[in-house]
Amino acid sequence: MTENKPNSFRNQPDDRGHFGQFGGRYVAETLMPLILGLEKEYKAAKEDPAFKAEFDDLLEHYVGRPSPMYFAPRLTEELGGAQIWFKRDELNHTGAHKINNCIGQILLAIRMGKTRIIAETGAGQHGVATATVCARFGLPCIVYMGAEDVRRQSPNVFRMKLLGAEVRPVTAGRGTLKDAMNEALRDWVANVHDTFYIIGTAAGPHPYPELVRDFQSVIGKEARAQLLDRTGKLPDLLVAAIGGGSNAIGLFHPFLDDPTVKMLGVEAAGHGLDGDEHAASLAGGFPGVLHGNKTYLLQDEDGQITEGHSISAGLDYPGIGPEHAWLKETGRVEYTHATDTEALEAFQLLCRTEGIIPALEPSHAIAAITKVAPTMPKDAIICANLCGRGDKDIFTVAEALGVEM
Amino acid sequence: MTRFSDTFSRGPALVCFITAGDGDTAANLDALVEGGADVIELGMPFTDPMADGPAIQNANIRSLGKGTRTADVLQMATDFRARHPDVPLVLMGYANPMIRRGPEWFADAADRAGIDGVICVDLAPEEDEDLGPALRDKGIAPIRLATPTTDDARLPTVLDKSAGFLYYVSVAGITGKQQAAVDTIEANVARIKQHTDLPIAVGFGVRTPEQAEAIAKVADGVVVGSALVEIVAEHGEKAPEHLRALVEKLANAVHSAR
Repeated sequence: MTENKPNSFRNQPDDRGHFGQFGGRYVAETLMPLILGLEKEYKAAKEDPAFKAEFDDLLEHYVGRPSPMYFAPRLTEELGGAQIWFKRDELNHTGAHKINNCIGQILLAIRMGKTRIIAETGAGQHGVATATVCARFGLPCIVYMGAEDVRRQSPNVFRMKLLGAEVRPVTAGRGTLKDAMNEALRDWVANVHDTFYIIGTAAGPHPYPELVRDFQSVIGKEARAQLLDRTGKLPDLLVAAIGGGSNAIGLFHPFLDDPTVKMLGVEAAGHGLDGDEHAASLAGGFPGVLHGNKTYLLQDEDGQITEGHSISAGLDYPGIGPEHAWLKETGRVEYTHATDTEALEAFQLLCRTEGIIPALEPSHAIAAITKVAPTMPKDAIICANLCGRGDKDIFTVAEALGVEM
Repeated sequence: MTRFSDTFSRGPALVCFITAGDGDTAANLDALVEGGADVIELGMPFTDPMADGPAIQNANIRSLGKGTRTADVLQMATDFRARHPDVPLVLMGYANPMIRRGPEWFADAADRAGIDGVICVDLAPEEDEDLGPALRDKGIAPIRLATPTTDDARLPTVLDKSAGFLYYVSVAGITGKQQAAVDTIEANVARIKQHTDLPIAVGFGVRTPEQAEAIAKVADGVVVGSALVEIVAEHGEKAPEHLRALVEKLANAVHSAR
């Protein structure tokens, strides 16, 4: 077992974009030269102090970083175990962690001379973040969004329109995130000359999983420094919700080589893993190829992709970022899941105990904490990423709780 | 000689695509051959055909909606091979259904079904090992795609270990939409010819006999897909006679360039 352990968990992917057997570049030939160009440009940007300086400056003064590290006393007391700390990425401009990545990618787009931005969105948080940076830099923005998600997330649709983006509803398939991503890829392949595709999660063809992770790693870098400063030690456990997995990899990655820090990724179990109505690709899926990368996918025995379900529109994607697939197989990160019902209970718990309305996505992480925290000693430290705020979800929650608004 | 080299040695070839399981596939395939199709591309339906335009997307959805399984597609190929021993048959589709049970399983099944070549749209040459070695072991040609964005520096990568023919995608875009100007196609085919002896078939957006004839004058093959798939959608069980009629015109146009 030990001889298979890598020396570092932080040196992936390899030069072909592989995280172990996962990741890679599975795209139509039209996109390949573009993907290779993006990889080259990203490598150059990483070495360019001016790029980093502009990224850092925007994160500080536009996004509002660093986000606070908050000790949650009443939740900790209620659960009666480990101390619970929240990385407050829901306090970012636009209300979620998505903006970190969008700032990085639009700077890359500008660097590459691209003049038109496209994106896909599920819950609408990435769409709003993309529309925001496009407004900030004066670039036209087209957001593909599943027709069903347009219905579920109408406040975010309006936000995107206010910010000047064109929202194109996608009716193919079940009209959710997966179908929006297909349509964005179709747009990109037809407009490669001037278009940059801002992918919202740490998935897609190489180098996207790597660059999204790097841009989101600001979460974990800040968290590590803040916890060391405030508690004098590293946390015992990190917890984050996982759809595609960008907030989780952003929190986890800077800690991967700290052997005492355990990590827990929480997938959406929807109505439960015993049926088909869930979005837990790692727990209920198999390795396969979709949207440019090899990773765990919800699929049938013929390799047809099955639709994910979660009460959280940001989690109901049938795949997961390839680095998570690799971290699962290496055993470095443990993955669990929470149902719609458990997430709803956790949502209300955080509202009641801490005066924080979380998004339904991190509510899944909180649901996992309610199970694990009581089993840990009181001097143990759990740090969870509060990756989005719940304003966008109040209609969904009201409906689920049977409340008329 | 392979079925491919036999076919392309006779001059410009008409390559016809339809989606397996959409309509009466056996009758439709027979109509393509009777109309004069030289090579058949049988589309394996996939839930997420992200390189395809609406016509072929809808064909995929119709086929899967009827419950088409991988085993059914392979059976259609097997039956076709029995009826048409000499017509080159290509399976075209996306990576996930092809590698789901492992590349060896797929290559073996395709071989037993009499498949000559496989086009895997989203398997970049960089990821060849996922399917290519298994196909080549069985003597099945991995057919690659080149596009207007594939420059001279990249062409050797695309052509390395490719076989059968090269599919030149004439426009940067999805299937069934606009068509490139013939002079652009001619220049690109000439450019690619400097890198390979493989026959070059040109597709994406080809709908009419006039377009097909113009392309046949500058390439080794012409691929028609969406126009045929639309006939299947429009005419259902009556599709064979309409397919035969269009394919006759297309074939005459392509073969007149011989």
